[in-house]
Parts: sequence; C-alpha cells; structure tokens
Amino acid sequence: MAVAERTPFASNRRRLIKDRVARYGVSAGGLMVLAALLLIFGYLLYVVVPIFKSASVEEQAVLTLNDDQVTLLVGSDELGELAYRLLGNGELRYQSTVTTPNRSAGQKLLNQQLPISPVVALARDAKAGELLAIAGSEGQLLLVKAGSSVSYPDNQRVVEPKLHYPLGEQPRQIDSEGQPLNRVAVSTEGGIRIAAWTADHRLLFVRFKPKRNMMTDSVDWVPSTLALGTQFSSVDELRLTPSARYLFVRSGDLVEVWDARDSGQPKLRETVRVAGKGAQVTTLALLSGSSSILVGKSDGTISQWFEVDKKEGGRGFDKIREFKVPAAVVSIDVERDRKGFYVLDANGNLTIFHATAHNQLWQNALHLDAGARMAVKPRANGFVVADGDELKQYKVVNEHPEISWRTLWQEVWYEGYPEPQYVWQSTSGSDSFEPKLSLVPITFGTIKAAFYAMLFGVPIALAGAIYTAYFMTPAMRAWVKPTVEIMEALPTVILGFLAGLWLAPLIEENLPGVAMVLIALPIGILLTAIAWQQLPARIKQSVPEGWEAAVTILPVIFVGWGAFALSPTVENWLFGGDARVYMTNVLGIGFDQRNAMIVGIAMGFAVIPNIFSIAEDAVFSVPRHLTNGSLALGANSWQTLTRVVLLTASPGIFSAVMMGLGRAVGETMIVLMATGNTPVMDWSIFAGMRTLSANIAVEMPESAVNSTHYRVLFLSAFVLFVLTFFFNTLSEFVRQRLRARYSSL
Amino acid sequence: MNKWFKSGSPWIWMTGGAISMSLVAVLGLLLLIAWRGLTYFWPATVYEFEMRRQDGVVERVIGEIHDRVEIPAAQLRGSGLKVDEDVEFVNRFLIKTGNREFVNLDFRWVLETDILSRRVADDVAVIERTKNGNFYGYPLRLLEKGEPVSGDLLPELQSRIERVVELNEQALDLQKGDIGRINYKLERSRLAERGLELDGTLDDAARSRFEAERAQLRADYKVLENDLFALRDQAERDALVVRDMRGEEVTIKLNYVLDVYQPNQKNWLQKTGRWLVQVSKFLTDEPREANTEGGVFPAIFGTIFMVLLMAIIVTPFGVIAAIYLHEYAGDNVMTRLCRIAVINLAGVPSIVYGVFGLGFFVYMVGGSLDALFYPEALPSPTFGTPGVLWSALTLALLTLPVVIVSTEEGLARIPSALRQGSLALGATKAETLWRIVIPMASPAIMTGLILAIARAAGETAPLMLVGVVKLAPTLPIDGNFPFVHLERKFMHLGFQIYDVGFQSPNVEAARPLVYATSFLLVTVIVTLNITAITIRNHLREKYRSLEH
Repeated sequence: MAVAERTPFASNRRRLIKDRVARYGVSAGGLMVLAALLLIFGYLLYVVVPIFKSASVEEQAVLTLNDDQVTLLVGSDELGELAYRLLGNGELRYQSTVTTPNRSAGQKLLNQQLPISPVVALARDAKAGELLAIAGSEGQLLLVKAGSSVSYPDNQRVVEPKLHYPLGEQPRQIDSEGQPLNRVAVSTEGGIRIAAWTADHRLLFVRFKPKRNMMTDSVDWVPSTLALGTQFSSVDELRLTPSARYLFVRSGDLVEVWDARDSGQPKLRETVRVAGKGAQVTTLALLSGSSSILVGKSDGTISQWFEVDKKEGGRGFDKIREFKVPAAVVSIDVERDRKGFYVLDANGNLTIFHATAHNQLWQNALHLDAGARMAVKPRANGFVVADGDELKQYKVVNEHPEISWRTLWQEVWYEGYPEPQYVWQSTSGSDSFEPKLSLVPITFGTIKAAFYAMLFGVPIALAGAIYTAYFMTPAMRAWVKPTVEIMEALPTVILGFLAGLWLAPLIEENLPGVAMVLIALPIGILLTAIAWQQLPARIKQSVPEGWEAAVTILPVIFVGWGAFALSPTVENWLFGGDARVYMTNVLGIGFDQRNAMIVGIAMGFAVIPNIFSIAEDAVFSVPRHLTNGSLALGANSWQTLTRVVLLTASPGIFSAVMMGLGRAVGETMIVLMATGNTPVMDWSIFAGMRTLSANIAVEMPESAVNSTHYRVLFLSAFVLFVLTFFFNTLSEFVRQRLRARYSSL
Repeated sequence: MNKWFKSGSPWIWMTGGAISMSLVAVLGLLLLIAWRGLTYFWPATVYEFEMRRQDGVVERVIGEIHDRVEIPAAQLRGSGLKVDEDVEFVNRFLIKTGNREFVNLDFRWVLETDILSRRVADDVAVIERTKNGNFYGYPLRLLEKGEPVSGDLLPELQSRIERVVELNEQALDLQKGDIGRINYKLERSRLAERGLELDGTLDDAARSRFEAERAQLRADYKVLENDLFALRDQAERDALVVRDMRGEEVTIKLNYVLDVYQPNQKNWLQKTGRWLVQVSKFLTDEPREANTEGGVFPAIFGTIFMVLLMAIIVTPFGVIAAIYLHEYAGDNVMTRLCRIAVINLAGVPSIVYGVFGLGFFVYMVGGSLDALFYPEALPSPTFGTPGVLWSALTLALLTLPVVIVSTEEGLARIPSALRQGSLALGATKAETLWRIVIPMASPAIMTGLILAIARAAGETAPLMLVGVVKLAPTLPIDGNFPFVHLERKFMHLGFQIYDVGFQSPNVEAARPLVYATSFLLVTVIVTLNITAITIRNHLREKYRSLEH
C-alpha cells in the first residue's frame, strides 16, 4: 500500500507518538508470524538434535589407593555413588565416590574379608552385574552380591554398602575332589547355576535348587553337579547367559556353545571358530540381553555374533558385524540395559560402541595399564577404573546411543532377525527388548497413503476445477464453489470415522461393486453425453450451455447405486459368492479391511477441495484475451482449453497438486482411523500401512519425556514439517511467479 | 459421432462428471451423517421374533432391527452356516436385543431364513437404564420394598420413575456441588500447608490452623455424605418386575431406570415428541457407560470453551499480522519471508502443531510455570500437563493463517481512496487505521474468526496430545474459586467421535451415538462456514459498489 507517509497537518506531538508506537507495535506483531514459524522449526530441532550427539566423557575424580594387594575387580553400586573392589586376598572394599554432606569422596566405608583367600577365579552374573562368584583354591565357591541400601536417618539421604550371600555366608564346595576352580561362570535368573573348569581339566555344571526347610522356614540350596564332556584340554573363558540358556566355553579361537536351559544334561549345540588367521581371541563378553557374544581379538577387532538361521539349515552362531579399535583388545565391559559396550585396548585407549547401531560413540587415550580393571556403572552414566594405585571415576553423557543415521534410515540386523530389515517396533512387553526405530516403514506408509490419495483425488479435482473454471455458467459456479468450501471444512475426524466404520465394511462386502463403479462411471457419463446429443433440440435448449455437470448428477447417482445393488449378483456369478475369499485363495492377494484403497478414497476426498480451489483459481484467471484469440482463430473450446488455457495455467495446476500433496502427507485422523496402523512395507492397495502422523498420534501420549522414543517421534514430526514446508513453499513460489506472469500479460 | 468425439465434447462431459461426482459425494456424505445421526433418536418399533437357531433350538428374541444386509448364500455356506440349497441371497438383520446382563452380546446378526415369525410386540416396554444399556420386556408389576403395589401399572410406574429420577438428580447435585466443593477446599488447604512448608514458614500455629480447618471440612463432609446415602436409600425403594424374551421374570431396581417407554403403542406425533425429547437429552446430558450412552454435554461445553479461548488469543495476533502485511510492510525480503511463513503455517500438518504444543507449551512453558508458581503441588503437575489452555494456544497457532488471510482480503477490498481521504484531512496513519480501516474491515475480521472457529472445532489430532481426554470428571468452569480452571483437561466432540468409534469395546452400541455426534459437529461447522461465506459474499458486493 503506497500511502503518503507524512501527515502535514499533524501538529499534535502525542498523536505522532501514538502513530509511531502503533507502527512499531504492528510491525512487531506482524513479524510474530515469522517468529512463530521459526520457533516451531527451532524447537523441533532443539528436541531432535541430542539424538545425533555422540557420547561425552568427563573425568570426575581420581582417588589414590594404598593397597598391598592387586585389585581383581571393580564395580559400582546401582546408584553410582559407591565403588567396590575385590582384592587378591579376598577382601571386598567399598569407597564413596561422591562428596555428600556427611562423607567425602574416597572415604572408606567397608573392608570385608571374605572367607576365600586367595581368589583363584571370579565371575559376574551377566544380568545382575553386582552378583559375584568367587572361587578358591580348594574347589570352593562363594556367591556375594555387592549391593547398597538407601536410608534417610534425620532426613539425610545415606547410601550404605550392603552385602548379600545368596548361598550362605560360607563358601560351598563345588568340586568334590577339592581341585582349584580355575574358571567360573554364574547365572542367577530362575535358579542359581555355576559352571566351573577345574585345575585337572574337568568342566563342571552345577544347578542349585531351592528347598524350603519346614522347621526354620529358610531356604536350602541343594546342588546337583554334572560333568560336561568338553573336547578342550584347556579353557580360557567361561560365560553363562541368564537362565543358563547358553554356556560358552572358549579355548583359544574355538568356542563351544552348550544349551543348559532344561533340567537334564546340557547339550553341546555347536563349536564355533570365532577368529581367523592372524589374530588371537583375547576376550569374550556377553552383550546385554545375552543373545549376542562379543569377541575381542589381538588385532583390535571386536566381532558380534548371534544365532541366525543358517543357509544349510538349523540355527547357529554367525558373525554379524565388526568393530575396530587401534590396538589389541584387552577387556570388554557391557552396559547393563542397553546394547552399548566399552573396550579397553593394549595402548590404554578406551572406546565406546553401540552394537546394533554399529556406531563408535567415543574414543580417547586414557593411558590405562593393561592390568587396569574397569566397570560401567549400572545406569550407564559413568564408569570406574582401578588403574595401578588410582581409582578413577568418569562421568559419561550418552543418552541416545542406539540412534544413528544408519538405524533410522538403513536396514539394521537386529538380534534374532534372519537378515537386516527396516523395522519400527518401539515397545514390547519383554524386558530384554530392544526398541527398533527405523523411520523407513512409516515414511513408506506416509508416501503410500499420499500416493493413493493423489491417485484418487487429483483426476477428480483437476477435471472438476477445469470444468468449473472454464465451462460452467456463473450461476452454477456460485453454488459449486461454496459446496467445495464446505467439503474442505469437513472435519477429518468425521471422514476418518466414516472411512473406517462405514466405507471399509461396505467395500469389503461389495468388492465387485467397487470394481464396477470404476468401470461404469466413465462409461455412464459418456452414454449420458451421447444420449443428450440425441435428444431433440427443444429439450437441449431448455438447459443452457455450461450445465452439463448438473445433467450428469443423476446418472452418477444411478450408476453408483446400481453398481452396489448388483454387487451380490456379480459376486455370486463370478466369484463363487465371496469375492474376498476368491481374492485370497484364487488370486493370492492379501486383504486388510482397512487398506490403502479406503485411505485413498477418504483422503482423496479430503484433498480434492484443496487442489480444486487453487487449480480453479489458476484456470479461471487465465487472461480472457488469450482464450478469445484462440477461439477467434477457429479453435473449438476443447482445443483452446488443452492448447492454451491448460498450458498457461500449468504452473498453477502444479502448485495445486503440490499443495494437495502437502496436505495428504500430513493428514492424521483419516489414516489413523482408516488404516490398520501396522508398519508394513507393501505397495498393495489392499494392505494397510502406518504413517508418520498416525504414528505420532498413537505413540506420543505414551512416550516418556526426553527419552529416545520421544525424540524420535519429534524427529518424525520434524520430517513431516520439512516435507510439507518443501511442498508448500514450492507451490507458493510457483504461484507467485504465475501471478506475476498473468499481470504482465 | 466421430466428429463429436473429435470436438472434445466427450471430455467436457467427463470433466463435468468429475464435478458432479464431487458434489454427489459431499451431499451424499452430509445426508448419510444426517440420516444416521437423526434416526438414532427415533423410537424404533420393537419386534418379537420366533427363530430357529443354527443348532435347531427355537427361541424368542425381542429387539429392534438395527441394520439389514443382503449377502450371497454361498458366502454363508462357505463360513459353515446352514442355508437352504435353492436360496441365492439371504437378508441378514442386525437385531438390538438389549438386556446386556443376560445375553453375551446385546447385538446379534440373524438370518432371515432362520426367522420363523415376526410380530410387533404391542405391550413391550423399552427400559432405559444407567447401567447395562436398554432392557426390553413386558412390565408385569411394581414392587415397593419388595411388596407388590396395587393400582394401575403404567401411570404408577411413570410417577415412581419421576420420583427416582428426581432423587438421583438431587444426589448428583449434592455429590458434584457441595461434596465436590469440600474436596476442592481440602486439596487447597493441603497445598497451602505444603506451600508454607516449602517456604520454611510453617510453624505450629499455622499447622494447627490448617488441621482445624480440615477437621471442620471433614465434619461437613460426613454430614453431606449421610445426606447422600439417605437420598440413595430412598431411591432404592421401588423395583419393577419385567418378563424378558426368555420368558423369565426379572426384577429391575428403579434407581437405575431413567425412562420406560412403549414405542409400539404410540402414533407418529407422539413419536416425534419423544424424538425431540431424546435429542434434547443428547445435547444436555452427561455421557454414561464409557461414553457409549447418554449425552455429549461435557464435550459440547469443552469444545465451545476451548474454541472461544482460542478465538480470544488468535484474533489480536491475526489482525495485527494482517494489518502489518497489508498496511505497513514494504516490498522487501522480510515481508516475503512473512508471507511464506503464513502459507507454511497454514500448510504444516496439524499433528506437528500438536507435537510442538506438547513439547513447548506443556512441558517447557507449563513445566516452568509449575516450578515458579505451583511448587507446592509438585511432583503432580498443575500446568505442566496437557490442558485446555495449551489446547487453545496450539489451535490459535494453527488457525492464525486463517484469520490473517481473511483479514488481509478484507483490507485489500477497502478502496485506497478512503485511506487517502482520511490522511488528507490530517489524520495520522494510526488514526486512519483505527477509525476508518479497521471498522470497515471488521466484517472480514469476523469472517476470518468464524472460519478459524470452524477449523478449530473440527481439529482433533493435535488435541489428542495437548489436552483432550475421553472422560473429564469436571468442566473447566465450575463454582469453585477461581471459577475458570485453564489447567484442566477437557472433552471434545471430535475426539469423542474417534474415541467412541474406535476405542469402545461395544462398537455396535456406540456407532449410532458416533453418527449423532458427527452430525452435531458437522452441523456446527457447516453453519459456521455458510455464515462466513455469506458475510464474505455480502462484503464483496458492498465493496464492489463502493469502488464505482
């Protein structure tokens, strides 16, 4: 608006000030719109960005130790406020690692001499990491849980060490012959099981069964010992998964896999060679969930193995992926609830990986001794290292290790899956469940839904727009345009409800009817046109030109009704009475009741008005002199339309389609209600899908704030935002260009 | 003919067909919703069927015919049902039998071939109850405290039902009004005490004051509770004995009965009256039985309240933005960016607004508000949880472009001669805007607002994240200070449709109600839109005459 800025008669200062205030106020208010859009963009990004951050590690405290004994093992309690160490003489020492009002970091809290000295071998439980099995030199073994307890005396929070002995405070004799147990492994889930390798080369497997003592109401644990016939004459490592599903026995590069789940004799499943030539195995670790083993080697590679269906039949362990550190692997420690693991190598480097994401999250030279002992804190928010005379404590910020570009957009080989796949499965009932957050299936669903909606909506909307703008009389147009606006205003929740509960069953019962409508409608309209042509001129003239659409309304209704009325007859005649069964059994096409066709129709209905109004506007505003010129040169109106009008208006039509696409991509309620919401990847028109938007609507209310799931849902909202931003901006840009061109014509 | 094809005329007809298909689809849809939604309230004829079940047992079924489909007999044979060989098509009826506590399903599909006889059951009564849905049966006699009551059955029954309904209403008023108020005060007292404790200023005097206050409230509560129990006892006095379709006598306590009606004895005038009553009940009643029965009043109230709140928020921002874009902004990059922002705000999917509202408004802004002003209630959130204020804000953002576009169109239609005239007479630009332009544009602003309201009333997806619940125990406005509770969750017509239609355990029972709710929502939205369109067209005419 070019309006004179200066007002010569305005002498009153206050009025001028008011004017200026209004100007700044309004300008600020106007820019709010831009600010709002930027805020949405920025906030979505702000929530999303942390999932792509790699881990950060920070040294928190270094405590000096004055031990005369070598540290065999370190650990941290559940809360991460205490650290414990097991010394070579069987002493368990607790220290505080944080400074609280009533104690300082490094303060010694408990020195407990365990009844085993010296310690020959020890093992941690793979699931409850603070449960230790400690073996002595005479075949005896002690189970001790190095825990902690929290109490609040005088409203002060105090964390105290707490030891618990599941099998009693005295060691149990595992080997009746009294040989030292050189290697042990323990699992306590669903009963206590011990595996042990004796100095005289026997592999023992002991099950402890609880037996309630009637007199004292205490529980006695009764052992039953089995000897396993291993082929090895020396054993380097034993690993036992929770519930004793597998016992891994490693000797050099070979690993025996035993199945000890059932109560009988454990069975040898297979022997796997886990390292090739040129590298020796240095250590074996169980990944959290214990379906995978990690094999560390002397050339600095770590390989992940889990059971898959073999090509030659049966199931067996196979190498899935490899990780690399700069020097020979010394030890591997795993996070308890996630698939992350920490690797210490011979050069004193520490590297943090995430197994499923196949991602290196952090690496740094900590200059640790090869003899250093390390433990990841149970909540994976830090780790402790006993390195020579020092106990070092590190804080780790590593909130979302499982997400990377690869896990979101590429095929990932999850544990238990036969091959790498795109999977969206965010939650499940199982405890050891790993969320599978691939955006590919739901993005696919979005594209599929939009595609079918456009397939249905674009032809009708464009044809309708062309007719309304170019052929229709103004009188009828004055009725059609508001009707289309009403169509645009219909709440999508109602369209979705009708699609899901009315249309879906209707179409399922009348499949032949749907097919007939598709064929019969165009034919019906053509026949109407021909019949109209044959009518006497008198009747034809009574309906003025530009009312053809009104004439076709009745045939459209009639054809639609007729097709559905005849549907059962046709079904009987062609498909043996049940078209659905015929489709599944004879044609082999799967059929979901709520499928892409329903979504296509319902969402097509929703996008028709969007496309219609923009396209109609574009066609209608083609300058009159162009069409008049064409007609004057002898072209008929159809030729003028196709050769002049549509060509001129084509950017506008493109822009209309883009706008419709933007709407179809983001539509939520219709797809939520008219699809089964299963994240499958199947182009079939008779299969369902799950879209980005419906996925957000379904899962957002249940996701915990700032969890990985929450942030990935924000990411899918961000993807939607960017997609629609792209379509809308492109459409608007094209439209601006077109408007400029029209005004110059 | 060939020439006719070459002339392109068939294609013109085809494009005409496309537009008529769209029109048929829209009007058909509206008619479908209207028909299904409105017939729900019509008192349907109740039939008594004599039918042979598939296992050969003959039984009697009383109920309304709810739906009818014709299916090929082969399909039925395929699914293992016995149908005579010579039949090609079979009608299948969906019969609503009610009596939910005695049958597995209160809706059943029945094949026409299995029906031996069907007659209009004259004396049958439809008993509307607060629990277990409708009951169909023949009323036999009334019981008062277990003793039969003499006198004319039906008039007596009506008067006793009126008494019970009255008593139940009193009890509900007591429960929601006075008892609700005491509970609210108790909670506030607890919060006040906790607030002092957090400040470190809670001394023994204050503590005993709070104790005394609460003791008084609890004593009041006891009194009211006794009143409530007394009312409920009185309501339990009467019972009705009914013979149901199995031929057994069933005693129905009257305190669960809302209404007894004998549809088969009424003429159409009486039925119309009944229909009107049912419609008004639908609009003003609370929902019952997980929203599958009863009315939608809280949803109507919630929708209107949220939408009005949104309108209050969106109008100033939208109008100011439009004035900026049209009156102040120069032709520069900033303005173009602003326009792109408007287009994109209009095109961003609504669910993205929901996600943004949940993260930004609810967790960030709401969470900060809680930490600042409501620390005593933590860890249970006050504003840091989805609520009506956040819904209104989210939808305000969503409808902002609607108001902007409409207002800008209005501004563009005002001839610039008027502005120039005002400026020439010495008015400042602000004065011109305030005195001349905005008053002239007010119908356009109104149009934008109406369109925004229509859009907001139908929007559901974002609300599912920022404040809607399937059942809100209290309305956002009540008699407890501060009367308007913006932090509360609310019910919404659109969400009601989704929730009842798709999350309800008894879909057949819920479906008619969903149609009725849809019809209500569609009526509101279509009316709003038609109003907006009319105002706009009127406006265009007016300015067209001004220009010449």
